[in-house]
Amino acid sequence: MNAGSFVLNILILGVPFSVALLLAALGETINQRAGIFNLGCEGIMAMGAFVAFLPPFFLAGTPLAGSANLIGLALAIGVGALLGVLFALVVVTFRAPQGIAGIGLQMLGWGAAGTLFRHYVGGVTGVPGIQPVPVPGLSRIPILGKVLFNHNPLVYIAFLLVPVFWYLLFKTPWGLKVRAVGTYPRAADSLGIRVSRVRYQALALGGAMAGLAGAYLSLAQAKMFADDLIAGRGFIAVALVYFGRWNPVGVMGGALLFSLAQALQLSIQVAGINFPYEFAVMLPYVLVIVVLALVRKAKMVGPTELGKPFDREQRI
Amino acid sequence: MGHEPIRSLELRGITKRFPGILACDHIDLSVGEHSVRALVGENGAGKTTLMNILMGLYQPDEGRILINGRDVRFRSPNDAFDHGIGMVHQHFMLVQNMTVAENVALGMKSSHRSFRLDIAAVRKRILEVSERHELPVNPDALVWQLSVGEQQRVELVKTLCLGARFLILDEPTSALTPQETDELISLLQKMSSELSIVFISHKLHEVKALSDTVSILRRGKIVFEGRTENHSPADLAALMTGHEVELPRVDSGSAARGGAPGLLSIRELRVKGDRGNLALDGVSLEIAPGEIVGLAGVSGNGQRELAEALNGLRPVESGSIRLDGAELAGGSAGDVIREGMGYIPEDRNTEGIVPSFSVKENLVLKDIGGKEWSAGGFLRLGAIADNAKALRERFDIRCPSTDTAAGSLSGGNIQKVILARELARGPKALVAVYPTRGLDMGAEEFIHKQLLARRSEGVAILLISEELEEIMNLSDRIAVIYKGAILKVVPGKDATKRSLGLLMAGVADE
Ligand SMILES: Nc1ncnc2c1ncn2[C@@H]1O[C@H](COP(=O)(O)OP(=O)(O)OP(=O)(O)O)[C@@H](O)[C@H]1O
Ligand SMILES: [Mg+2]
Repeated sequence: MNAGSFVLNILILGVPFSVALLLAALGETINQRAGIFNLGCEGIMAMGAFVAFLPPFFLAGTPLAGSANLIGLALAIGVGALLGVLFALVVVTFRAPQGIAGIGLQMLGWGAAGTLFRHYVGGVTGVPGIQPVPVPGLSRIPILGKVLFNHNPLVYIAFLLVPVFWYLLFKTPWGLKVRAVGTYPRAADSLGIRVSRVRYQALALGGAMAGLAGAYLSLAQAKMFADDLIAGRGFIAVALVYFGRWNPVGVMGGALLFSLAQALQLSIQVAGINFPYEFAVMLPYVLVIVVLALVRKAKMVGPTELGKPFDREQRI
Repeated sequence: MGHEPIRSLELRGITKRFPGILACDHIDLSVGEHSVRALVGENGAGKTTLMNILMGLYQPDEGRILINGRDVRFRSPNDAFDHGIGMVHQHFMLVQNMTVAENVALGMKSSHRSFRLDIAAVRKRILEVSERHELPVNPDALVWQLSVGEQQRVELVKTLCLGARFLILDEPTSALTPQETDELISLLQKMSSELSIVFISHKLHEVKALSDTVSILRRGKIVFEGRTENHSPADLAALMTGHEVELPRVDSGSAARGGAPGLLSIRELRVKGDRGNLALDGVSLEIAPGEIVGLAGVSGNGQRELAEALNGLRPVESGSIRLDGAELAGGSAGDVIREGMGYIPEDRNTEGIVPSFSVKENLVLKDIGGKEWSAGGFLRLGAIADNAKALRERFDIRCPSTDTAAGSLSGGNIQKVILARELARGPKALVAVYPTRGLDMGAEEFIHKQLLARRSEGVAILLISEELEEIMNLSDRIAVIYKGAILKVVPGKDATKRSLGLLMAGVADE
């Protein structure tokens, strides 16, 4: 194998790898901009992956089999949003500490998905999953076509969502409210904005995105469900939001960097290059930590009230 | 704004309790059309609480609000906005990492299109309002880059942009320079011909200059109500505090100081500002034991940087700071504290206290590792509680109990907590930055007396203030700072407002 095709392979692998991270991290960006970090992302992804897997599994052979994937995606989004609202109930209405509540949600989602899977499905079974749809014309561009335009539709959607989320956050009234609520809820409140309502909405959207990210893993990437399918991606997504300085574009950069490193380490192993594989596996994680430590802390960008509950009649 | 304009507004029997405290106790207050009602009272009297109730931010436990004789109920600020009521809060309600226009847009519902924020309309509205009232603001500036005075202006413009016809101003002048204050007062005078205003302030000459009627609150009750013109500031001060207020003056006749090396000795100090510029360029100052040196100057000429450098909070480029012979330049804040420096910082909410800690914890925070408050790795809770009890009494700190979180106290009482800690530590030297900002008259008098008492005990005091009156009353010598350097040092008894004003503007010799 020559160097050129080695690099090309990494790119072709890396782009779809980044999608689950990107979807989840976009949702988490909204959560955190509204002042709430949801460590339960991982658990929501597990539930999303599980419920999305059900329709293709059970509807195989029925007349509905054709739209099974779509039903699966819708289910994942719905369940994700629901879990986001559940989280909001705990941390916004009851003002529980967000870190602990998030870990609780992670365990709940992960445990419930695994248990339900064993109960209703049993052993590991594959599904046809979502197939690649090359973009007509564009996919025939040399190199670029293969790297960017020869994937399943969710890949395109995920990357199109980056500018959509950017616009949502910085150019719409709702985005303005989200940012205000995460930075200085008291000021937002003094202008008649309902802090709790905005936080509920943000968490619902964040949950829906995490659900979708899980569905991507089970339907498009692995085309199966297993207990450890998510493998920490939810937590990486949370870290990527800091990495991307709460900006969808930065978050995309982080997701790509991480996934390319992941693709690189896989390619090193597959190519049989003489390199201790333990180190190869560590590579993406170490990379993220190093970059996080090195990026200069830009002043005054993020949500300064991140993690703090709001109570109008409480002064501190 | 679906409601008729407010011709009369009346609060009746408003009562509000917080855990352990009755903040408003059956308060009646009325405001007529096109008039200015001043609301004054001691720190913690309940002024802010009452206005927050009027804005729908707090729900009263009892009482009614009537507009044009009809009952209304405000569940959120939106309801108050609908009636054209707007408030400039005591603490800025501005989102720091957004632009001025975005901050205004947040409240301007008409700019909220379904999928687009109409920021152009907001910008236009801001420019209209700022032109009409001669309040220059740049809609595209990021709030955190603005000075305190500019932010105050933004707050006012924001409130006017939202269509307020009934303005509540909660201590709008407490963070302004004297010039900015004068400008604001004359602007409000003009505006009062078309608006109704409730004006809260601790500065009685502002109240005199602006208001038609005045109400005095004490411990949650209205204790006086009348026309402003019939009462002198001294009358009002006495009614407010319950006794005659007379600000003490320093008597520096005898001691002829100067020349001798001071207890606190600053030599050729160079310090960088936030933007990398040289904020202090060779400042030298000697403060003798038992001397108060006032540092006068327009804010932004290096006062903040000097105070921070003296307290180990800002790196020193070159020069020396000696306290009783020990070198402080280059030391940490901890080193400076251990050498016996006391510090009353400018921004009491972010620097002087830990808001979520209780009052009693904040009162010992600086010496928590010392023998007095801890033994063998354990806190001496009894001693800490006794200390708090004594200081609370001595400094008249109004709080439900010393276990209350310090952040929940009223602004003036937070200041008293800091003062109590700093003065009770028995410092060798003290840096006091705007020590009476936001304080009521009684507290101001008390603190001035405290500073003079420390002076006679031999503490070297650097008093940084913008209030010329305060500086002239208290200082043995007055140093004028201009563009990061000491322009001149004059004996306190020779200083006049005029001569200081000229010096502050950078005119060294007349
Ligand atoms: N949200 C709150 N929680 C608990 N106590 C509060 C709260 N708000 C106000 N208080 C208490 O109510 C009393 C009145 O406070 P308020 O802020 O209204 O005083 P103020 O008259 O505005 O004083 P200042 O001149 O210092 O601003 C104070 O004792 C304060 O500690
Ligand atoms: Mg107040």
